[in-house]
Amino acid sequence: MKYLDEYRDPKLAQQLSAQIKKITTKPHVLMEVCGGQTHAIVKFGIDELLPKEIELVHGPGCPVCVTPLELIDKAVEIASLRDVIFCSFGDMLRVPGSKKDLFSVKAEGGDIRIVYSPLDALKIAQENPQKQVVFFAVGFETTAPGNAMAVYQAKQQKVRNFSILNSHVLVPPAMEAVLSSKNNRVQGFLAAGHVCTVMGYWEYGPIAKKYKVPIVVTGFEPLDILQGIYMCVKQLEEGRFEVENQYTRSVNRKGNAPAQKLIKDVFCVASRKWRGVGTIAKSGLQLQKAYKDFDAEKRFDVGKIKTEESPECISGLILQGVKKPHECSAFGTKCTPEKPLGATMVSSEGACAAYYRYRKVGP
Amino acid sequence: MKRKKDFSMSCPIPIADYPYVLLAHGGGGKLMHQMIDKMFKGVFVPMDTVNVHDSAVLQCSTGKIAFTTDSYVVHPLIFPGGDIGKLAVNGTVNDLAMSGAKPAYLSMACILEEGLPMETLWTIVQSIKKAADEACVRIVTGDTKVVDKGKGDGIFINTSGVGLIEHDQVIAPSSVRKGDVILINGDIARHGMAVMAVREGLSFESSIESDSAPLADLVLKLLNAGIEIHCLRDLTRGGLATTLNEITSAAKVGIQIDELAIPVREDVAAACEILGLDPLYVANEGRLAAFIPAKDQEKALFIMRKHPLGKDSCVIGHVINGGQPLVTMKSRIGAIRIVDMLSGEQLPRIC
Repeated sequence: MKYLDEYRDPKLAQQLSAQIKKITTKPHVLMEVCGGQTHAIVKFGIDELLPKEIELVHGPGCPVCVTPLELIDKAVEIASLRDVIFCSFGDMLRVPGSKKDLFSVKAEGGDIRIVYSPLDALKIAQENPQKQVVFFAVGFETTAPGNAMAVYQAKQQKVRNFSILNSHVLVPPAMEAVLSSKNNRVQGFLAAGHVCTVMGYWEYGPIAKKYKVPIVVTGFEPLDILQGIYMCVKQLEEGRFEVENQYTRSVNRKGNAPAQKLIKDVFCVASRKWRGVGTIAKSGLQLQKAYKDFDAEKRFDVGKIKTEESPECISGLILQGVKKPHECSAFGTKCTPEKPLGATMVSSEGACAAYYRYRKVGP
Repeated sequence: MKRKKDFSMSCPIPIADYPYVLLAHGGGGKLMHQMIDKMFKGVFVPMDTVNVHDSAVLQCSTGKIAFTTDSYVVHPLIFPGGDIGKLAVNGTVNDLAMSGAKPAYLSMACILEEGLPMETLWTIVQSIKKAADEACVRIVTGDTKVVDKGKGDGIFINTSGVGLIEHDQVIAPSSVRKGDVILINGDIARHGMAVMAVREGLSFESSIESDSAPLADLVLKLLNAGIEIHCLRDLTRGGLATTLNEITSAAKVGIQIDELAIPVREDVAAACEILGLDPLYVANEGRLAAFIPAKDQEKALFIMRKHPLGKDSCVIGHVINGGQPLVTMKSRIGAIRIVDMLSGEQLPRIC
């Protein structure tokens, strides 16, 4: 397939692998931030092409994984209501809440629909004026413009039966949380290419400087990731810590200005709880005052629901790169994709699910 | 009501009177008899046209027969490259063919939902007839029921099939041996993506059509040519990956496939990329995996490629020695990874 096969070329992959080996003289721990990158690494076996000195740890960039348990419980509560059509991206449906998941609500008669875009949910709201239509707005800066657009259009077009259950999170504060943790082992980052397509990479300069880590904006195909690793290792070997862009075919420094403006118009920065990690200051987005009417938590009065995580699940340590999935005693036994203890096992982008599906045991 | 252009024959039920299926069409009275007589008449080929009975009495050669059943539910009922009727015939024909049986007789039970447009039913019935004729099977018995609106999805179909086994091979996972090569008869993932592309809510343009087809003739050609077939499986729900996982766990052998050897049509691959789905897990309705000893590889490929349903046949992997019963794949960049069974349906990813 054009524009994809070129980035999966086996010969070029081997060449890049050889170049990485050539410049690596000491151990390095790199974190790929985005779940999509984790998925590609394990699916294509990219880590097998790396010298043993290079360790990849899988970052907190899987939106499904970091959505807090209590938000799933809120979703379950709202989706169970009569006269609600609850719309979501597909992979949120199997994430277990403290009692059940959205698939179970559907089986019990809830009207739950998988959509590919929040604008599809808005359309469903317009077609069903007698129903309340709620979109489960999770994700990073990548999905924020789409969700912002849905809310913006709902207000413009006075679609009063539409709202969003919002759990938007931001990448740079999560990277800082990883770096400032006392357990931190990460020496360099592959930043999330699609987040940077929207936001650019101007935000990362101060982080690279403050923590002395190279940050390479990286794409999602095997050659992108290998090249991102090469650029990151090269900086580490040369003692540099700069922000570089591997994913130039999609990302520029400033990012997508109209998308950023829309996000700013509709959302404002707020503290957010991350599953397994806890609350990180200024790490998420909430609706601006002018759009508060579209906040499903308020409309359905579910703000009071509070839920604690399973103490057995170490997804927090996994999301921070402190532990690998197979180092968890529940991995593959008490915790499987069929019966997940934590969200990193549920989402196909989650590190635990990726290990389970493609590897089952550690390397 | 405007009639669709591709109607080969006009619907025999006076549509002006009954444009939709009524509960009464399943009530046992005149309306039901009228529907069965006029709608399904051409489809059923009873064994004894004089003494129409409660059961069909079949003529079989003495020896082994294969017997299978399957139920068909699909939304939408009609999709590019086929419809639920074609699936219901080909699916059961293919299940018979996977034992190396020659499909002979089918039963056909339809559960209709009140309100199903009569024209849709007619389209499906015509398609059932066409598919049965193409697969050379005779539908000898059947049933229809009508359920209240809201209690069905237009139409559900169950077909059972009987096939005659005229060979002595044991075609089963237990016959799979180390060194066997795995052949498939063409590109994968088309049926699933064809249905997905037109399903409500997914609005992207596509010309992907289902691969639904009867595979019995292709299998019989291999058997008749003396190919030693160890195992056959049609790649339906769950796709190639699920099928291979079923075989490795039943046969207790390891399987290794090569990602670059597995054909996926470009538009199908693109649709999968857009929707975040893996073609290895997407459904097919006209594809099989054949496990055969390496000595027969070239001859089998030659026969398969001559057949209209096997032009793009190829070797995608082989059975490996020892270790765990796992399916592994050499990825396109040369690394080896596990291809596991999915825990549920493939779900579209967020981003």
